[in-house]
Amino acid sequence: MSSLFIWPGHPLLSLLVLLAVAVPFLYAARAPMQDFIQRLTRAVSNPLRLASRWLAQTAYRLQTRNREVLFAHGGRELKLTIDRELERVSSMVERDLQGYPALQRRLMDEITHIEEDYKRSAEVPPPPPEWVKAIEELAKIKAGGDGVVERILGDIRKSLDGIYQKVVAEYRRAYEERHSILKRFLPFWRSAGQTLSLVERNITGLQDSAAKIDTNVGRLEAIFAKRSDAEHALTTSASTQLFISGLVMLVAFGGAYVNFKLISLPMSAMVGGGDYVTENLRASEVAALVIVLFETLMGLFLMESLRFTSLFPLSGITERMRKHLMWVSLAILVVLAGVEVALAVMRDQIIAADVALKATLGGGAPVAAAEVGWVMKIPTAGQMILGFTLPFALAFVAIPLEYCINSGRIVLGALLVLSLRGLGFVMRVSANLVKEAGKLTGVLYDVLIFAPLAIERWIASARANGTKAETGQAGAPLAKLTTGTEEVA
Amino acid sequence: MKPWTVLAGLGAALLAGCGAQINRTQAVYVLVDTSGTYAKEISKAQSVVNYVLGTLQPGDSLAVGRVKSRSFSEKDIVAKVTLNRDPIQATGQKRTFGEQIATFAKSAHAGGGSRYTDITGGMMQGAEFLHETEARSKTLIIFSDMQEELDYKTVRDFPIKLEGIRIIALNVTKLDTDNVDPRRYTGRLEWWERRARAAGASDWRVVNDLEHLERVFSNRS
Repeated sequence: MSSLFIWPGHPLLSLLVLLAVAVPFLYAARAPMQDFIQRLTRAVSNPLRLASRWLAQTAYRLQTRNREVLFAHGGRELKLTIDRELERVSSMVERDLQGYPALQRRLMDEITHIEEDYKRSAEVPPPPPEWVKAIEELAKIKAGGDGVVERILGDIRKSLDGIYQKVVAEYRRAYEERHSILKRFLPFWRSAGQTLSLVERNITGLQDSAAKIDTNVGRLEAIFAKRSDAEHALTTSASTQLFISGLVMLVAFGGAYVNFKLISLPMSAMVGGGDYVTENLRASEVAALVIVLFETLMGLFLMESLRFTSLFPLSGITERMRKHLMWVSLAILVVLAGVEVALAVMRDQIIAADVALKATLGGGAPVAAAEVGWVMKIPTAGQMILGFTLPFALAFVAIPLEYCINSGRIVLGALLVLSLRGLGFVMRVSANLVKEAGKLTGVLYDVLIFAPLAIERWIASARANGTKAETGQAGAPLAKLTTGTEEVA
Repeated sequence: MKPWTVLAGLGAALLAGCGAQINRTQAVYVLVDTSGTYAKEISKAQSVVNYVLGTLQPGDSLAVGRVKSRSFSEKDIVAKVTLNRDPIQATGQKRTFGEQIATFAKSAHAGGGSRYTDITGGMMQGAEFLHETEARSKTLIIFSDMQEELDYKTVRDFPIKLEGIRIIALNVTKLDTDNVDPRRYTGRLEWWERRARAAGASDWRVVNDLEHLERVFSNRS
């Protein structure tokens, strides 16, 4: 830069002189330079705007596609839920209706029993007192001191007392009998009550299921109608599912790692201890990894054939084939679990032999092989149990994996839409900035050559004034006329 | 996600596991000086051999040779082993090797040292063993004071070949004459280094601190 200065000791003066020299050239090149600046900014800003528009359109298309996937996935899940609920209701109705004739018969029997007993327990009216009138007539007879009459009346009174005692006793006995009949009612009432409560419980269960189905059908309607509240609920649900399934998968990865560590050392006895597949990856480690992956795969197939997951398109296969697949997967899983048990024992032996060797080489006393109590076998037993259990535990990873894949698709889609929109916004802003920068550069260019521009304007203005003066003299009447017309108007 | 995709992936992993393998084996030759007064250092040499034995992996090779008046002979290899791929069998081999070395140490200690010291012959014998193993990493450990003494008939003043072999001189003790003039000691070590490097050795190290052998043998290249 300093080499451009005419007087290196006076940079400002040198720059001013350079500017003064350059200004005529800059003025001469003004039109093509302004055109160049405009075209350059357009060349940058137009593609940016186009890219921004394309990103916005892509984001919109992706969002539409995401919505469709979201609704389809949500709809499928809800349909499955409704199907399961209907299946439950159907089995409940089938089970209860099957028992209803017997239940009804029992209920009818109990009601008949109760009715009969009720009839039997009804109060029996005393016999019609026909003899009361005769006694009343006799009672009207006055003794009048007649001894015979008095005696007869006395006999009648005695007879009546006896009859009265007898009637009262009979009445009491009849009451006791009715009470005992009523007592026999109780078990029948209780049984009828229990039967009715069972019916009520079943009916309540059915009502609950019906309410759940109603709610889910409502949600399904919202999904079919593609309402925004349904979309929001499904997206939130997918995010939650992704988080939870991610956590579960993390735990499963921990289990898989433990499983891997458990079998990688003894696998070296099977595939060779000193073999390496890559610089740092042993063949035994690869073999252990393959075993763990096979266990996971068998678990996936098992869960798939048990209909716990639907990761693979197995809807086309028959029920028989599905059962075959289930048994084959289970058998392979059991075999692999058995292999892991054997490897766990081998691992323990390898470690024990290594420890004993190092003790011997280090100058220590050789480890006694005898006197190995049951306490010393606990680690081996623990490893064996772990080796057998972990493959089956790994099988369940299929469930969170399915949730992770399904919800991950939705959440990633939403994130992608957001990223595309963000990028589009940044590109649009950049396009505007470039455009404005181009305009600013044009103005700055004019600022640099303000002096010739001012002269140009001055000359142009002087010329315009001269022309105006000439045309003013020639066209004065017309101007006047025009002015006059305006005034009239 | 189709089942065959997963199966294909696993198959590829399996093929990768069974197919191309990388040779990461190592071979170690321990040359133990049993001549003169250095023979009394044999117990230290046994500790070093035991340490090396503990670090070896299945597939690795180890041999122990002795330096005598003339050492370029298979008879001077005290014990050698290439460990089995099966870790349990490899442990058994290590145990047997350790016992052989213990027996050798006892006999060498009791028998006294040889009259002359043919280090060059021992190195040549070691290099021959190491090359035959075709191991990726080859190490020659020389447990000696590095003072070579040859009888008048023995010829060793010619270039030797030690291509790709890492040489570690362990427990290089100072002689009485070194104490008088330490330049003799440094000069001797420099001469051996020049000779080793000229023979194509990949590395030359002198280690006298036997307490931290893990620093010497930690790098499995």
